Amino acid sequence: MPSLKTYRLRIRSVQSTQKITKAMKMVAAAKLRRAQEQAMAARPYAEAMDNLMASLGASFKGGTGPKLLAGTGSDKVHLLIVATADRGLCGAFNSSIVREARRTIRQLVADGKTVKVLAVGRKARDQLRRDFAGNIVETITDLGRPRLSFGDAERVAKRVMEMFEAGEFDVASVIFNRFKSAMTQIVTHQQLIPPPAPDADASAKPAGGAVYEFEPDEAEILTDLLPRNLTVQIFRVLLENAASFYGSQMTAMDSASRNAGEVIKKLTLQMNRSRQASITKELIEIISGAEAI
Amino acid sequence: MAKVAFRLVMPEREVLATEADMVVVPGSEGDFGVLHGHAPVISTVRPGVLEVIQNNKVDKRFIVVGGFAEVTPERCTVLADEATPFEEVTAEQLAERERQAERDITDAANDAEKAKAEKDLAVAKDLRRAQAYYASR
Repeated sequence: MPSLKTYRLRIRSVQSTQKITKAMKMVAAAKLRRAQEQAMAARPYAEAMDNLMASLGASFKGGTGPKLLAGTGSDKVHLLIVATADRGLCGAFNSSIVREARRTIRQLVADGKTVKVLAVGRKARDQLRRDFAGNIVETITDLGRPRLSFGDAERVAKRVMEMFEAGEFDVASVIFNRFKSAMTQIVTHQQLIPPPAPDADASAKPAGGAVYEFEPDEAEILTDLLPRNLTVQIFRVLLENAASFYGSQMTAMDSASRNAGEVIKKLTLQMNRSRQASITKELIEIISGAEAI
Repeated sequence: MAKVAFRLVMPEREVLATEADMVVVPGSEGDFGVLHGHAPVISTVRPGVLEVIQNNKVDKRFIVVGGFAEVTPERCTVLADEATPFEEVTAEQLAERERQAERDITDAANDAEKAKAEKDLAVAKDLRRAQAYYASR
């Protein structure tokens, strides 16, 4: 049976772990709130952009218009943007994204497509490198420091645009965690290029049935708007991911603290038992010694 | 007089949402005023000054850079890359921005960077001109 001292040491070590996880939970909660606020603040722009896209996209139906909208006409090469975090200690946040990415890559490869992976976040690269090292074309890390900005999204979007213009892929999609609540995040696979067609009815006509005039003309606005739209979509993905990350981390750290509490309780009980046992043993020795005399 | 629902949004946040009598937007093809009942238009926005007018007076001015304006009879939404209240921008800041862009042109390592810096310079020049014009009014 371990001595009292080993129990005490182990309890102390678990206690200090608990302190750390508790602190991390608090920090994650604070950052989660900020990330949520930021995501809320970014919503009006994204909505306005969606409206614009819907109005414009409808004028270019049926495979006309710029390649960014209509696609390259082929779907041989897929670019998969796998967006995770740079850090761990956040429950299943990273691994659930990576699991979905693995599944998607295998599926696409089985369909005879070429898959290129753009890893956003250190964890995506680290976890995918083992199986798909050849597929990773680039890694972008250290986004959102100290604070996620539109510039971060521009950095990713610029890279994607460069690759698209160089004809390095036909279809682009992104895998990330959609934020539902601090407890639930939903792994989402969303297509970026070409953008999914907007609802046919909801577009093209402003209220009143009149048709938009375009200034300068549609094509010119569209060449300006499409890369911007891509950036906005990526920005939204990054914001959702950030909120999900902190939500997931908060939950993970909460249950870690609770587990630590349980371990401490169990160890304390064992320690007390063993102390009691040794006292009882000594008493028996003394009593039996006294009786022998 | 019926008002137009005006919104000015940046990627990170909404800058202003209000009911205005008129909004003057610096479109890429020229400034245009939006009142209630304006014909639906989608336009690009050039770097310049946006005015919100209430009761025949200029209520607010914003320095805006790039983006789009969507106008319907009831609404006017401007999606700008940058939007700063006019009073918060000084001529000195804009001059500094211009100098920074000039430095970037000389420091540019490749064509893409140079093209970007040249674009920045053009934006900075436009902004300075617009700022000087409106400041004197």
